[in-house]
Amino acid sequence: MAVATRDSVFAGPSVYERSRIPSPVPTMLQVDPAIREQGDVMQVNFGPNHPSTHGVLRLVIDLNGERIVGLNAVVGYLHTGFEKNMEAKTYWKAITYAPRIDYVSFQNNELVFVLAIEKLLGIDVPAKATWMRTLLCELNRLHSHLIWLGTGALELGAISMLWYCFREREAILDLFELVAGFRMHTRYFQTGGLAEDVPVGFWDECRKFADVMPARIDDYEAILDNQAIFLERTKGIGLLSADDALALGQSGPVLRASGVNWDLRKREPYLAYDELDWNVPVYTAGDVYDRYKVRLNEMRESVRIVQQCLDGMPQGPWIADDRKVVLPPRHELHTSMESLIHHFKLVTEGYRVPEGEVYVPIESPRGELGCYLVADGGPRPWRVKFRAPSYVALEATATVMTGALVADLIAIVGSLDNVMGEVDR
Amino acid sequence: MTYDGLPGFLEERHAYGETTVVVERESLVDAALTCRDELGFNVLADIAAADYLGWGSKGVAGYWGTAGGRDINAPGSWGLQRTPASKPKRFSVSYHLLALRDEPSRIRLQIWCDEGEPVESVISVWPTADWHEREAWEMLGIRIESHPNLVRLLTEDDWEGHPLRKDYPLGGEPVRFSDAE
Repeated sequence: MAVATRDSVFAGPSVYERSRIPSPVPTMLQVDPAIREQGDVMQVNFGPNHPSTHGVLRLVIDLNGERIVGLNAVVGYLHTGFEKNMEAKTYWKAITYAPRIDYVSFQNNELVFVLAIEKLLGIDVPAKATWMRTLLCELNRLHSHLIWLGTGALELGAISMLWYCFREREAILDLFELVAGFRMHTRYFQTGGLAEDVPVGFWDECRKFADVMPARIDDYEAILDNQAIFLERTKGIGLLSADDALALGQSGPVLRASGVNWDLRKREPYLAYDELDWNVPVYTAGDVYDRYKVRLNEMRESVRIVQQCLDGMPQGPWIADDRKVVLPPRHELHTSMESLIHHFKLVTEGYRVPEGEVYVPIESPRGELGCYLVADGGPRPWRVKFRAPSYVALEATATVMTGALVADLIAIVGSLDNVMGEVDR
Repeated sequence: MTYDGLPGFLEERHAYGETTVVVERESLVDAALTCRDELGFNVLADIAAADYLGWGSKGVAGYWGTAGGRDINAPGSWGLQRTPASKPKRFSVSYHLLALRDEPSRIRLQIWCDEGEPVESVISVWPTADWHEREAWEMLGIRIESHPNLVRLLTEDDWEGHPLRKDYPLGGEPVRFSDAE
């Protein structure tokens, strides 16, 4: 159960041997006819607006006594057609849609779309922007895990956790407000770099936060790991083996709790992650408790990354110097006709992105967040598709719920860390 | 490494550091099995379908650019830099595969199909394809064959049409006002 040190993808023994993925529909648990014949099956609607469904998730469950014998996840209540809308907007405007898809890890969603555009454009991003993106994405990971930890523990009866976690979450949102002017959906990542330079007061405030945070994470762990009820309700339930997790396309903390040492920040490095010193927490029991441990230790690693970013932050420009893509400096607009024309053209018409298709995966707090972007050479994306990690995590609900009791349902669904905005898009 | 040994191999493209392997629609499942069992692509990361109706020509829903360039009488029609390469068929379905191992690799397995042409389900190869295929059918009308549970996922059960098609209008749902009864 310790953090894996050897550099291999698979760590530890399998959680269980034979596959538990239901058949023929892998995402739906169908009631065994033998149980059905006994006539003691009751169908219950869980959600769509139950407070512990993290949004509007509806689970149709079949109960035999207290045991779950059938399950079907019904999603789509938050479908807002982001991908369709983005096709009608210039890249410039479409960036604002990306963070709203997953409103809890907004900065990572913004990043993946900007990275996809930059991959097609082939634009060089200055070092300061790359490091600042790394820093903000890790703050965002802390923010996301704090919300997960606070609400997840609240649902299991540890009410005080919500207040502790939201105290730190507020501090992170204040940092976002300081740097970008907005608490959420900052739209601070711009094609080619950052939208603005980092304000001078940010570094001190961020360091204060990074200094105090490790002790706070120790507090969370002390509260929950010494809490018998929490341990009883999380250990040994919601099992998922490594083989089943891979077959179901799982990623992120769910995969790492099943003994798969897989983190895109290490395996397919992007931003500045390969220049920093940090570890990937891997646990092997594949249960709800280990998913909690993975996320808790990831928060520690995120704080380490934030501290290293503060120490090693390069100086220099914060956005690429490419006048066909990047807005000219504000002060030039008063003196330079060329800059004024560029500004006008970029804002009204947008920049053209070369024809092509790319798939950019990053490690969001929930796992592999991918952006498939098709460009036709015009100023609007032809097709945008987000590979949402919690959409895929929800596909595993039927498998992890095999033989579970109805009382464990909330703990198990919560441990998959779904954000319905991202699932439904 | 080359992929020309895949069943139904048509084309291999390299662009932006990514590999796209196009195979025939009919041999998709065979190619997928070869990818999984012999080439080690043990994870299906995503299935992304795209509609190329009107690609490089006069715009349709949500698209204002034209191949002829900018029309000063039509605000918002700033055309393309050049006419993009034409596509073999209307729809593409891209299977983003990941070989999750110590030296990871990714490819995009791609097929092309026209309206109504059946695409075999790959659930038997990667169970995670379930919802991705339902979404491809629901949003773009890709006809997925032998899927055990092909019902609408994100839109309502009685929704008509496939919203992410290019001929599906953006917005504009008819609203019934109470005084129009």
